[in-house]
Amino acid sequence: MNTARNVNGREHRSGGQATIHFTVNGRNRAVTVPPMKRLLDVLREDLHLTGTKEGCGEGECGSCSVRMNGELVNSCLVPVLQAEGAKILTVEGLAVGKHLHPLQEAFLNQGGAQCGICTPGMLMAAEQLLAQNPHPTMAEIREALAGNLCRCTGFMRIFESVVAAAAAESATQAKAPHLEKTHHAR
Amino acid sequence: MRGNAQEHDLVAPGNLGAVLDLLAAEPGQWTPIAGGTELMVAFAAGKLNASKLVSLWGIPDLRFIAVTGDSIAVGAAATFLDLRRHSVIAAELPLLAKAASWIGSVANQSRATLGGNLVNGSPAADSSPALLAYDAEIEMISVRGARRIPYCEFHTGYKRNRLAPDELLYTIYLPRRFKRHTHYLRKVGTRRAMAIAKVALGATALVANGLIHEIRLGAASLAPFPARLMATEAALLGQAIAPETIRAARRALLAEVQPIDDIRSTAGYRRRVAANLLEEFLLELSAKAKRP
Ligand SMILES: Cc1cc2nc3c(=O)[nH]c(=O)nc-3n(C[C@H](O)[C@H](O)[C@H](O)COP(=O)(O)OP(=O)(O)OC[C@H]3O[C@@H](n4cnc5c(N)ncnc54)[C@H](O)[C@@H]3O)c2cc1C
Ligand code: FES
Ligand code: FES
Repeated sequence: MNTARNVNGREHRSGGQATIHFTVNGRNRAVTVPPMKRLLDVLREDLHLTGTKEGCGEGECGSCSVRMNGELVNSCLVPVLQAEGAKILTVEGLAVGKHLHPLQEAFLNQGGAQCGICTPGMLMAAEQLLAQNPHPTMAEIREALAGNLCRCTGFMRIFESVVAAAAAESATQAKAPHLEKTHHAR
Repeated sequence: MRGNAQEHDLVAPGNLGAVLDLLAAEPGQWTPIAGGTELMVAFAAGKLNASKLVSLWGIPDLRFIAVTGDSIAVGAAATFLDLRRHSVIAAELPLLAKAASWIGSVANQSRATLGGNLVNGSPAADSSPALLAYDAEIEMISVRGARRIPYCEFHTGYKRNRLAPDELLYTIYLPRRFKRHTHYLRKVGTRRAMAIAKVALGATALVANGLIHEIRLGAASLAPFPARLMATEAALLGQAIAPETIRAARRALLAEVQPIDDIRSTAGYRRRVAANLLEEFLLELSAKAKRP
């Protein structure tokens, strides 16, 4: 078995498996899996975080989107070894306790979710956008969500949900700036 | 058939030297994987023809953008988002920033690397027309040392290039001398986001005293690999932009390109569109040259 070290020099291998350490929704996790296992499958099968969905499995639909070290990625295209040491945020990490994330509230209120298969990916892509650009234009929203496909809503309600969430977040921030921070800190 | 993770090994040595040692120890045995947006798609389809992979992700020596007085050096593992976010690239090499914005969605651009796009060598690769128009050079590296060649000599055939089995693509150099040029890049595809080009043309040119003083044309999907349109450039160099020049340039282009017929389009359509793109660029160039 090859003993090449990984970025953090923490990689341990035995019998075609590697032990990978990372943070998922703020919790330190370790999994021992084949290093080529897709991050998507590790999240769903090993960590039982089944909010992240598989649509196409080839980078086209965005239903598997998660945030990795502050960037949006399609977890179906990430071999888990490349997530060693990373900070991962999945849809399960959006709500704080029983308080839904403003984006989740907005998707509920505006009819941004129907069957729900695309929703976790849409939420993560929208979260990525708002973290970097709290007041996006409609064109910016469309670009940010261009990699996320929905078969149900016809997209307009999704775009409107993001507009509503951005408005709600800036309203909360005006009242209590510290609250908004907690959502994007992870 | 689905890919099976058990059937592929993946290691992450974490620094450039260690990756090069591995490639040198068993040349041709290890397949580099950067952002994985090509290789993981092949893996998903059960078509990944590589049993041993070595990760280039997270290696700082391969992911950088360094600006010097006369060039911008881009590490092969810089992502398209890195390129889009770079202020000097946006200001001086707008075609590269524009091409970067086309490489799939944000979630793809956060992983897809410039080096992966070039080494994969699709005839339709979106970064290639811009790099050809900007006269880029590339540097390859192995334990034997580094060597630098013009990017227009990198591709040698359909998905074939000049890399030796123990070499990595290391740095892409972009000269900073295009501030006064006219820049053009247009991709024709089915949808604005997430569509592979049917045809794309990138161009830079400089007009002096009414004559085309410098011109570079980079094309996608008009040959088995991304290529400069050298004969068309030759037909334009030193000429004034008049209707007969444009007609001659269209003829040169139609004689020079070898587009393919495939699921995305036909060769005939690609040829016509390419000639129209060239004409559009020449008209822009001429309009710009006439402005005081
Ligand atoms: C949904 C989707 C949309 C896409 N849209 C576009 C598009 O619009 N336009 C476009 O051009 N492409 C597109 N692509 C293709 C892909 O994203 C790009 O080609 C990307 O730049 C590949 O880079 P990577 O780092 O992900 O490649 P990888 O998959 O990691 O590697 C690709 C190839 O390059 C080799 N390689 C990588 N880095 C090096 C290096 N430094 N030295 C030597 N060999 C190396 C690998 O061995 C492999 O053969 C799309 C892909 C997906 C999944
Ligand atoms: S499942 Fe990953 S992009 Fe479709
Ligand atoms: S809500 Fe069904 S796919 Fe989007």
